[in-house]
Amino acid sequence: MDDKLKNEDPELLKEFQAKIDAEVKIEPKDYMPEAYRQHLIRQISQHAHSEVIGMQPEGNWITRCPSIRAKKILMAKIQDEGGHGLYLYSAAETLGVSRDQYLKWLHEGKAKYASVFNYSALNWADIGAIGWLVDGAAIVNQVSLQRTSYGPYSRAMVKICKEESFHQRQGYEIMVHMAQGTPEQKEMAQDALNRWWYPSLMMFGPHDGDSPRSSLAMQWKIKRETNDELRQKFIDKTVPQAEFLGLTVPDENCKFNEATGHYDWTDINWDEFWASIKGYGPNNKRRMKHHQKVHAEGAWVREASIAYGKKKEKKEVA
Amino acid sequence: MGNTDNQGPLWEVFIQTKPGAPYKHAGAVHAYDKEMAIENARDTYTRRHEGTAMWVVKSEDIVAVQPEDADAFFDPSDDKIYRHPTFYEIPDGVKHI
Repeated sequence: MDDKLKNEDPELLKEFQAKIDAEVKIEPKDYMPEAYRQHLIRQISQHAHSEVIGMQPEGNWITRCPSIRAKKILMAKIQDEGGHGLYLYSAAETLGVSRDQYLKWLHEGKAKYASVFNYSALNWADIGAIGWLVDGAAIVNQVSLQRTSYGPYSRAMVKICKEESFHQRQGYEIMVHMAQGTPEQKEMAQDALNRWWYPSLMMFGPHDGDSPRSSLAMQWKIKRETNDELRQKFIDKTVPQAEFLGLTVPDENCKFNEATGHYDWTDINWDEFWASIKGYGPNNKRRMKHHQKVHAEGAWVREASIAYGKKKEKKEVA
Repeated sequence: MGNTDNQGPLWEVFIQTKPGAPYKHAGAVHAYDKEMAIENARDTYTRRHEGTAMWVVKSEDIVAVQPEDADAFFDPSDDKIYRHPTFYEIPDGVKHI
């Protein structure tokens, strides 16, 4: 038996697995093995932090949108990302850890977020590429997670997936405009694709063989498809969309393979991936500093709100 | 943990998607009072007009059956099969019943 399960009651563990096998969702107060709870605490909070940190590279562009229409759309998208973070924190809190604690772990570097948000959004085409590729990759992952075994996480995913489609389509629309624009604009679109392609592929995480926690997560149906399966799905969906734009993904080996029915591709530079995970990505320090700064600057709002809430409570009692 | 980290109590959010429909649990928000709770819930869960009505209630005020007690708790209804219409025998030929 897995070492992480040695303290679990074998009878309860058996019943738990039977529920999972029968596709019965696990709810917050149900019995769950400690390793299941810990996996969810890590995965859902990482997911929530990613939504919130992901607001930063896009937020930089709100004041520089090319039109009012684009600005309204971008603000709505970024507000959605904040909302997605909140759905996920709400799901994560059902595991018995407070919102404050999750933020503390993020600020202490104990919790991670998707490394893709450590890359910079250098020009307007990047906003297109982020919506199309980064949100596109997130959708593939999140559609699969709608069927995750933990009830609150599954319900949050259903809601997020409904909204995420707008994000991807607005991104692709920007790419269409730029790819069909002036030669300079098309070049910018190609440049953005070049820079966001591999970071998007990295979003699915390490290869299955290098993903130490994957097997239990699959057995417990926290994850329904493996990292490599999801990544291939994304590539197969996205390469034809790039071709439609008249752009090419930055991988000369990326070709449709008749025999497998999938696109072949050149493997990710994993050194870059691990460096970013460990905090050495291009903007790790900046992203975290900004989050800490905003949180610290909001302290007076929380203090005032607590005082106000208490005062009102007293009045209602009296 | 300092007081400045406190994001207020947790409130559960229930949304009615259209008049006549049952209220459905949507998730939870943090807020310091009732007004803030319902505004936060609106901004978080109904950005696309997902509801026509909404309830928020402090999480600590919800009384719930513990899963380990559920079998015993709901058991009494199982032995009252006469609560179901199929329990009764109606003579052949009787219509509209």
